[in-house]
Amino acid sequence: MKFTGIKQIAQALRSKVISVQELYDESVQRLNTYEELNCIINTTPELAAAQIKKAQTQIDTNQGSLLTGVPIVHKDLFCVKNTKTTCGSKILENFVAPYDATIVENLNGAGMVTIAKANMDEFAMGSSNENSFFGVVKNPWDLTRVPGGSSGGSAASVAAGISPIATGSDTGGSIRQPAALCGVTGIKPSYGRASRYGMVAFASSLDQAGVFARAAEDCAYVLSEMCGFDGRDSTSAHVAKEDFSQNLNKSIKGMKIGIIPEWMDSLDDKLKNQTITAINKLKDLGAQLIEIELPKAHLAVSAYYVLAPAECSSNLSRFDGVRYGYQCDNPKDLNDLYVRTRTEGFGEEVKRRIMIGTWALSAGFYDAYYRKAQKIRRLIADDFQSAFTQVDIIAAPVTPEAAFEFNAKKDPVSMYQEDIFTIPSSLAGLPCLSMPIGLVDNLPVGLQLIGNNLAESTILNAAHQYQQDTSFHKLVAEGYDE
Amino acid sequence: MLINRKEVEQIAVLAKLAVSESEIEAVTHSLGSVVEMINHISEVNTDAIKPMANPMDVVQRLRADKVTETSNKPQLLAMAPNADEDYYLVPTVVE
Repeated sequence: MKFTGIKQIAQALRSKVISVQELYDESVQRLNTYEELNCIINTTPELAAAQIKKAQTQIDTNQGSLLTGVPIVHKDLFCVKNTKTTCGSKILENFVAPYDATIVENLNGAGMVTIAKANMDEFAMGSSNENSFFGVVKNPWDLTRVPGGSSGGSAASVAAGISPIATGSDTGGSIRQPAALCGVTGIKPSYGRASRYGMVAFASSLDQAGVFARAAEDCAYVLSEMCGFDGRDSTSAHVAKEDFSQNLNKSIKGMKIGIIPEWMDSLDDKLKNQTITAINKLKDLGAQLIEIELPKAHLAVSAYYVLAPAECSSNLSRFDGVRYGYQCDNPKDLNDLYVRTRTEGFGEEVKRRIMIGTWALSAGFYDAYYRKAQKIRRLIADDFQSAFTQVDIIAAPVTPEAAFEFNAKKDPVSMYQEDIFTIPSSLAGLPCLSMPIGLVDNLPVGLQLIGNNLAESTILNAAHQYQQDTSFHKLVAEGYDE
Repeated sequence: MLINRKEVEQIAVLAKLAVSESEIEAVTHSLGSVVEMINHISEVNTDAIKPMANPMDVVQRLRADKVTETSNKPQLLAMAPNADEDYYLVPTVVE
């Protein structure tokens, strides 16, 4: 069942072709076989045992949902009650969550079986999964290359057939970029759709939970269960729960798809050709292509690296070694306790972002940087709104390149440019996904579909129609297809 | 450089982080390169633009001032690296 979609899994479970336990065992076996990927930080066997029992009972009595018994891996920044939630950091190495994140609660309620917690860049800061305290995650397509980040462990788990589904989080591209680099589908919903309660905070005005699966169809089923208004998250969108699979089978004939020529022209020839081919496929399916401009989008990375670090410096001030998490040995006074706990507990990239944020928020710089970046954010959001008066969705590259080698990007700024195409829609809070569109030099690449606010079902419709007519989302890296 | 060693030391104090003597040059350099990138935002005039704090761009929703959670003090205190029966323990602040 390793590369089977949710509907087929559900059918196999309900027709007794396979039991929930057997399905789980298969996942655990693959997890062990592909241990060298390092995509998992901790497994959750005790939780799984209880969930398996409950799911099997529901299936045996014709209850439960489409997702009942389906295995899932959660990115290790979602609190899962009574299990370690490390956020890829030494400072939370032994932190056992006392409660479930809302999205975990929702998926548990739907009957999904938790296999493990996925490796990630520390505090979701990174584009290569090289920043985890628990070691790098390897890309199943080439073990010398990165899986992308920060949700690299989640993307690699799905790409290697360890789990059909994984959760992720996306602040500036952390679902879409690893999805593209690992050859799977990943969606970040509109800001506010998925509750942030129980998701360790990085940049609160940007963080969103989302899903990885092989196919857009499966993303739709899981996202529908994950999302919904939550009074425990003060920025939860007050909108009705939605079935994001409702439009999957609609024809995209007449759908207006925006293309950004400036972004396309910045790609190297091979990636550009692959991207054009994918967009032309959407045209063949009946979509109408329209050239659009996002005149201020080139400022997005700069604005983001003021806003996200500023929010991070504030959010991560809670890690002080007093109430939970790592504490340094023998502190000589309170300041020493704070400083050494944080200096020893955080990794290099996290410390860099805390320092950038502290600087941007410090006296004398606030207006020139933080407020200024918030104004740029509005200009970018306005650019998208203007584009959406002409088009239904936007099709764009996900990344400037396919998976790169470990240690290829030594300076932070070149790593930050990796998210040049994903950050603009993050600043605007829009729903967006990445879907596989084939290989460049034997490495997967993706196409990004961006929707207007709350239009998840429209981008999922376009992705599903594309995937009905292509099989790139079914490609499996050599050695993982057994 | 757009940011100097002294400024880095000051930021570290504010951020409750220590930067060692052996790291300070590299940290100053890397923060400087990020600041250089960030500075592109000053290229655009934004005088008439209203800042956008959150993509939902709505007034923060308030909840009723009611107790919604029960106390789980023992469980939370058990998570602390250092706690007494009722308190978190830290090095002496006031003699």
